[in-house]
This record gives sequence, C-alpha cells and structure tokens, in this order.
Amino acid sequence: MTTDASPPADLLPDVPPAPALARKAHASQWQLMWWQYRRHKLAMVSSLVLAFIILVAIFCEFLAPFSPNAFTPRYTYAPPQALHFFDRDADGSLVWRPHVNGYKVTIEPTALRRTFVVDESQKYPIGLFVKSDPYVMWGLFTLETKLFGPLKKGDPMYLLGADRLGRDMLSRIIYGTRISMSIGLIGVAMSLVLGIILGGISGYYGGWIDNIIQRVIEFILSLPTTPLWLGLAAAMPNNWPPLRIYLAITIILSLIGWTNLARVIRGRFLSLRTEDFVTAARLDGASEPRIIFRQMAPSFVSHIIAEVSLAIPAMILAETALSFLGLGLQPPIVSWGVLLQEAQNIRSITTAPWLFFPGIAVVIAVLSLNFVGDGLRDAADPYRQ
Amino acid sequence: MLIFILRRLLWMIPSFFAVSVVAFTIIQLPPGDFVTSYAADLATSGSPADPATLAAMRIRYGLDQPMVFQYFRWVGNALQGDLGMSFEYRTPVTDIIWNRLGMTALVAFCTLMFVWAVAFPIGVYSAVRQYSIGDYIITFLCFLGMATPNFLLALFVMYLSVEYLGYSVGGLFSPDFVNAPWDFARVLDLLKHLWIPVVVLGVAGIASLVRIMRANLLDELGKPYVETGRAKGLPELTLILRYPTRVAMNPFISTVGWILPVLVSGDVIVSSVLSLPTAGPILIQALKTQDMYLGGALIMFQCILVLIGTLLSDILLVWFDPRIRYDN
Repeated sequence: MTTDASPPADLLPDVPPAPALARKAHASQWQLMWWQYRRHKLAMVSSLVLAFIILVAIFCEFLAPFSPNAFTPRYTYAPPQALHFFDRDADGSLVWRPHVNGYKVTIEPTALRRTFVVDESQKYPIGLFVKSDPYVMWGLFTLETKLFGPLKKGDPMYLLGADRLGRDMLSRIIYGTRISMSIGLIGVAMSLVLGIILGGISGYYGGWIDNIIQRVIEFILSLPTTPLWLGLAAAMPNNWPPLRIYLAITIILSLIGWTNLARVIRGRFLSLRTEDFVTAARLDGASEPRIIFRQMAPSFVSHIIAEVSLAIPAMILAETALSFLGLGLQPPIVSWGVLLQEAQNIRSITTAPWLFFPGIAVVIAVLSLNFVGDGLRDAADPYRQ
Repeated sequence: MLIFILRRLLWMIPSFFAVSVVAFTIIQLPPGDFVTSYAADLATSGSPADPATLAAMRIRYGLDQPMVFQYFRWVGNALQGDLGMSFEYRTPVTDIIWNRLGMTALVAFCTLMFVWAVAFPIGVYSAVRQYSIGDYIITFLCFLGMATPNFLLALFVMYLSVEYLGYSVGGLFSPDFVNAPWDFARVLDLLKHLWIPVVVLGVAGIASLVRIMRANLLDELGKPYVETGRAKGLPELTLILRYPTRVAMNPFISTVGWILPVLVSGDVIVSSVLSLPTAGPILIQALKTQDMYLGGALIMFQCILVLIGTLLSDILLVWFDPRIRYDN
C-alpha cells in the first residue's frame, strides 16, 4: 500500500498549480497581455469579426460578385433574393444546387411604379469561383474569376437587393468596406503622428510649451467637430480628382481628431518621466532618444495601441456622416457613407429598405472595433493586479 | 466664487478670438472671394460684369487689402451686428441665423435634460446590480447606441413612422403652426414634434453617460464609508442615493463640457435628415453652395453657443461641489 503525503484535492486552497505560476512569472509582457485579452470574450469574438472585415477590405475585388458601378436599369430597386442551397430534382428528391429565384416584374397602372415579386419557377444557379468580366486586382493584374456569382454571366443575383440604378448592394458594400476602413486606419495613423509629436513634446518637456499645447487641445475639444469638419470639407474645390478628395478628407478628419491621442500620450510621458528607472537611465548618461524609445516606450506602447483602436471607430463614423451629407467622399468612390446618401430621402427608404444595409455594416464595424479597443485597454497593463 | 466667475469670464475672450479666427479661415478657404462668385453669378445670368466694376467692388469691400486687415474688418463689422451678405438668400446673414440658432439651442438644451434624466437612474441601476442580466443588457445597448450613427437612427425612426404610423415625423411644427406667432397651442405643437429629435440625438449621449455613471459609482461603492452606512442599518436605497451617488454625480455635471459639442454636432446632421428648422440644414446648404459668409457665421455661433454652455456648466460645478478650489 502506498501512502500519499498530500491531502485530498478538494481540501487544497484554490491556487493555480505550481507550473502555471512559474509560467506566469517567466512570461513576457506581451504574453501576459495576450492572456489577459483572451479573457475578454466579447473582444475575442470581435477580433474575429474585425479580421473578417479586414479580409473583405483587402480582397474586395475578388469577393464582390459584380463591379460596384455595373448597372442594370431593368432591376431598379430589385429586392433582396433568398439564397437557396437545395433544389428538387424531376423525381422530387433534394439535390445540392445553390440558386436564386428570378423576379416577376409588374407595373402598377396608376402609380406607374414597378413591383418585383420573386418568381419561384425561374432558377439561376450559383457557384464558387465563377468566370466573370475581367477586372484588375489591386491595380496590378487582371483576373477573370470571382469567389462566387451566377454560373451564367448576366443572370441576376441581388442577395442584398439593388439600388436606384440597379447596382448590386452587396458588391457595393464590399467595395465600400475598403474605403471606409482605410479612411479610419489612415486617418488615425495621421492623428497618431500629430498626437505623438505634440503630446510627446508636451509631456516630455513640460513647462510653458506644455501649457500652450494643453490650452490648444482644450480649445479644440470644446468645439463641435461636425460643423468644423463640414466647413473644411466644403472648401475643397468640386473638380478635384477622387484620390485627392480621399486624401483631403483623411487629413481634415485627423486635423481635429489628434487631440485625444495627444492627451493620452502626454499623460503617459508625464507619469513615466519621474519614474526611478528613467532617472536611473538619465544618470547613466543615456541619450534622450534612447530613454524615450528603449526605456519608456515599452511601458506606454500598449496603452497607445488601445487608444488608437478606440479612435478608429470615431473616424469611420465621421467619414460616414460627412459623405452622407454630400460633403465628404463623392461618387464614383464607394464608401459606406456614400452608399447611405442613397437612403437620404424618405421615398427611397420606404420603397427600398435594403438601402439601410450599409448602415448595418457601419454599426458592426464600429461595434467590433469598440469591443476590441475595450479588451486591449483592459489588457494594456498586465502588471496592474 | 465671484473671482472665479470673473476669471472664467476673462478666459472666454481668447476663446472667442480663436473661434472667430477659425470661422474667418473657413470663410476664406475656398478659392476666389465674394466678388468672384458675384461675377460668376452675373456671367451665368447672361450679362458678364465689367472688369472695372469688379475691381472697384474689390476696393470698396477692402478685398485688395492684406488678410489680417480683412479679418479685423470682418470682426469689427460682426461686433456691430453685420456678418456680411448671404449669396444664396440675398439678405444679410444676421436676418437668417438668429431664429435658427435659437432653435438649435432649444433642441440642445432639451436633449441635455433628457440625457441626464434617463442616464442617471440607468447608470445607478447598472452599477448597483453589476453583472446582473439587466446590467449586461444595458451595457450591450450602450455599446450599440455609441456605435450607431445618429443620422442612421433618425432615418430609421422616419422609416418606422411612415411604415407603421402612416405619417412623416419631420420638422418641429405642424404645417398650421410653422408661421404662427408664439402661443400656448404652438408650444404644445412643438412639444409633440420635439421628442423625436431629442430621443435620436440623446441616444449616444445617454450611452456614454451611463458608462461614466456606472464606472464612477462602482469606484465609490467599494469605499469604507458605504460599509459604515450599511453597518449603521441605513436602508440600502437611501444609503446609495444619499452618499455614493452624490459623489459620483460630479462628473455628470462636468460632462456638459463634452456632451454639448456632441449635441450641436449631431444636430447638424440629424436636423437635415428630419428637416428641423435649426441651424444644421442651412449650414449644410450654405457650405454646399460655398455661401461662406453664412456658413462661417453659423459655425462661429455654434462654437460660441457651446463655449457659453461649457462656461455655465463650470460655474454650476463649482457651486455644486465646494471641494473644487476657486483659485487656480
């Protein structure tokens, strides 16, 4: 008979087993952050959603079944079709055959309005990796295959409906993802540069420079942003090429959006400046850049990443609002805000409620960015507990 | 206290100055000036203006002078109540904006009251019942509210009202009352329409205020004085409302500083969707047609409105919380 020296398991206090503790003690800062982040369930789910959105933005040409500007007047305001995966064969057995149903169009004699009714008898088969009209991928090479679409070129497929000109909403939303997300990312990158320079100077040197920069930040923060954005955007000449308008809008957004980032960076610099390890490095004769990048940066980079991820949604919302009002991006550029311009009047949204879909895309993107930012902020300081 | 108010008032002077510089910059940003657009206007109507007349006009309006001079001329005129001409309406800017700005102030004020009234009890509940099902639902709705652009919400409300109520909810008055003089019936009619923009504008503010209230109150709830109160046998509701909530209220008042800009910003977009007679729709119209004197004046007064609101909230905060030092 063997004797067991340790008491039964249920009498032990609830501490993690020794290997886990040792693992924690030796884990790097980033490893600890990752463990902390993993515990935020919503943030984890949102990261997946966000990854999906970013993939859509990168591969939008390949993923969108049609060109965003391809129009078919015959299908003006065609409602969304349901995607069917199975079909009945002649003998009545179920077979795997993805398809959508066609439309039956009737014209109301009094209102002269066209109404679409889904026609069960018409079936358009759908497949993966279908041939399409040639298109240019990333502006680099020409492709003739789309991820999915109607097997026969020219068959109607409007999974999210069609707009005023019979353009496919799904393809337009997919293309809009690239513009809307990239405006958020580039705009925040620009604000970050401004924020690091001004916030860094403010927090590192202090004194009267700090005072002036802080007053400026307070002043900008106390102003209503939308009228200012609108005012600056209205100054753009109408005849600018789309790419220049795109750049101008990102610059305008970041000119006003840098203040919060600058505040956070300043706060970090201020609190770190007096830390013992910074003083030690200075006494050691380390140069200023070495102190900033080697000693201080590791302890504030994670906080800044968290703040940045919380600043992106604000940029996306701002772009959406500007474009919605017609003072931001202009067609033929397709962004979520530009798409929502179509939903501006009550007539079009009552005839075609699916014009709201780009709005849902905005909400999902902003929501997941917010949750990811929330999770990152919780994980930014793993030594807190 | 009086010295604090005086000092705070003095601070407004550089702020107003900065706002006027911003507004003037926006007016000057589009290429060309007021005479260029006047000339373009004449050219489209078929009788091109004589270059000599245009040059004379430039001299008369001081457009040949350096920018700084033009700025002081504009500010000087503005102080005397002359904000320039609107090209679009062919009337002085001042005739157009006061009514509209008043409506903006009214909508913003009502929304602020609504936001406070709703966010306070929800925030307290969410903190006291932390991690309950109700708290989770509230948290989720708050995130959703912060993620939804308010114009989308406005469109959605419009859509619902047309689809299910059978009438459109735009505007602030029924057709009969649009030009009626102010009386009790008109106020009643206004209230009937006002709640929609107030709710639409308030959602984002409520969402963020609930989060703030919850976080503040959670910080306070763990403190020893709460435990003491509980040990003394105070009823839970009295205890929470009388002590920790009062401490957590402070940031509530100071939020006016950032919520007011958000409301005025939101008003610009929401009111153009709901076609409200506030400053928003004419601002957008002016900016689209580059009617810059009107646009610049509107932007300036919207900013001033916000600055005054912030001033009032600062004074309110000091009056409300004696721990805040007046000097400094």
